[in-house]
Amino acid sequence: MKNAPHAKRKDGYAWRKTIKGRRAIGIIITFALLVPIGIIFVMPFIVMVSTALKPLNQVFAFPPRLIPETLQWQNFPDGWYGYGYVDFTTCTWNSLKITVNNIIGNLVSCTLAAYAFARLKARGKNFWFAIVLATMLLPNEALVVPQYVLFSRFGWLDTHLPLMVPAWFGWAFFIFLLRQFFMTIPEELVDAAKIDGAGHARILMQIFIPLSKPALATLAIFAFIGNWNNFFGPLLYLRTPDVQTLPVCLVQYQGAYGNTEWHLMMAVATIAVIPVLLIFIFGQRYFVEGIATSGVKR
Amino acid sequence: MLRRYLRPISPSARREERIFYLFILPWLVGLVVFNAGPVLGMLGLSFTDWRISLDDLQFIGLDNYATLVADPIFWTSVGNTLYIVVGRVVFGTAFALFLAILLNQKVPGIPFFRAVYYLPTVTAGVAVALVWIWIFNPRLGILNYSLKQIGITGPPWIYSSQWVKPSLILMSMFAVGPNMIILLAGLQGVPKELYESAEIDGAGNWAKFRNVTLPMLSPVLFFVIIISVVSSFQNFTEIRVMTEGGPGESSNVLIWYLWENAFIFLQLGVAAAVAWIMFVILMALTGLQFRLGRRWVFYEV
Repeated sequence: MKNAPHAKRKDGYAWRKTIKGRRAIGIIITFALLVPIGIIFVMPFIVMVSTALKPLNQVFAFPPRLIPETLQWQNFPDGWYGYGYVDFTTCTWNSLKITVNNIIGNLVSCTLAAYAFARLKARGKNFWFAIVLATMLLPNEALVVPQYVLFSRFGWLDTHLPLMVPAWFGWAFFIFLLRQFFMTIPEELVDAAKIDGAGHARILMQIFIPLSKPALATLAIFAFIGNWNNFFGPLLYLRTPDVQTLPVCLVQYQGAYGNTEWHLMMAVATIAVIPVLLIFIFGQRYFVEGIATSGVKR
Repeated sequence: MLRRYLRPISPSARREERIFYLFILPWLVGLVVFNAGPVLGMLGLSFTDWRISLDDLQFIGLDNYATLVADPIFWTSVGNTLYIVVGRVVFGTAFALFLAILLNQKVPGIPFFRAVYYLPTVTAGVAVALVWIWIFNPRLGILNYSLKQIGITGPPWIYSSQWVKPSLILMSMFAVGPNMIILLAGLQGVPKELYESAEIDGAGNWAKFRNVTLPMLSPVLFFVIIISVVSSFQNFTEIRVMTEGGPGESSNVLIWYLWENAFIFLQLGVAAAVAWIMFVILMALTGLQFRLGRRWVFYEV
């Protein structure tokens, strides 16, 4: 947007060619794009919250109003407790339990593997790292059939184990991102620790983990969002109501009442989104920096 | 490679190697049990008449694959999948790049907009898919209402076989957050000196974009495209919540076709074959991209 010094010209629109003038035009154009796109991006969210606060007769009113005439807060408890067989409280606890377990499991297993790939020398390392990259390209949803059989052989169907145990065995995408981050930690730090007689476990615990907080926070947030929103796995492995997770509960609710009770459904959907939203708001600084610094250079 | 393994190494190197394998052990076990095992098991099972129980399996050769080839719905779902994948990757990547460029401008308030643009990605899932059913409602939804305000009669979106796929692609545009951030990081990694020297050569904005930004960004762009292709195959949630493959078969994609065969029709052998075909298509697409990538991806020397 800056003009090169030698390109000074004198004509009637000279102000537009000056550095300041150009910059002002640039800022105006940028905002003219930034703001409307931002409004469109939050629109689904606004529609959800506004429907959640309307009485039923206003939900189908035309033209649609974004701001309800009266705020019906009662929709939230009504939706949550309204229908006996979809127990949102239990579903939420189940979701939370699985999510927390998977965050810890992923962080532990992926940190170990990422450290190994970033800092340890071993024969066969490049081969295994190529496998890490290759498994990033595997569409997990396509693996359901054999995994279903596997877990049914283990006797794990209708328990949380198929959703919780794999998290402790690493995930290629996280290993890759974390390894990229670990690669940026200066070698000198490691050498100094080695001279002090530190083993790899200590180097990992006392140097790598403290220095990688943004990256680890990023992965934790990623894991939270992914697991909280996970729909495919629970739908597949869980049957009885008291082990269900939140997304499945929402769909059951939709199946039973969705076409008639839109306001209540949006109320429970809003509640389901709030935890993710809070995590995002508090973590977004880490989050964005984490993705950026982990980088994507191969 | 084998010779390298047989060559003697020092005890300390051996110790380090042992620690390496110890550290990657959880991942290795996971790889074998949850990925490699299932992938190979699935290949085997796709040649059997497997229905519900694994006992008494009959080897039926390529019959499952023949069944698929003969099933017009299978071909419809292959077509739908490619339609959606191409749409999501082309428009999604272009849009993510556009947003990244916008967020790379030096104006106040960028962190705020960055968070806002990322928001729909975070809240993707069943809850928001439910909202989209409502948004897409042809008569009462906010989308067609907004279009009407500017004098356009909106289409019936997910309720018509013609519009359902564009609707799903449009909806996916809201979840380009990760790609946007990765591209933004890429943009910020382009050395300033390159722009300065381009300016000295008299390059305008477009020339700078074309000759500096794009080549420098191409490895990142390539990464984004490869990852987007894989994730575009995995759109089960929207399909299950919003369309169930309909209207008719117009949004029946491979992952939905697989699900139906496995868990509704209980044709597990057929489903295993579908999964394998999905892998092959995905591998072919990725291979093709690496080939094409050689022509346009520019790696710094």
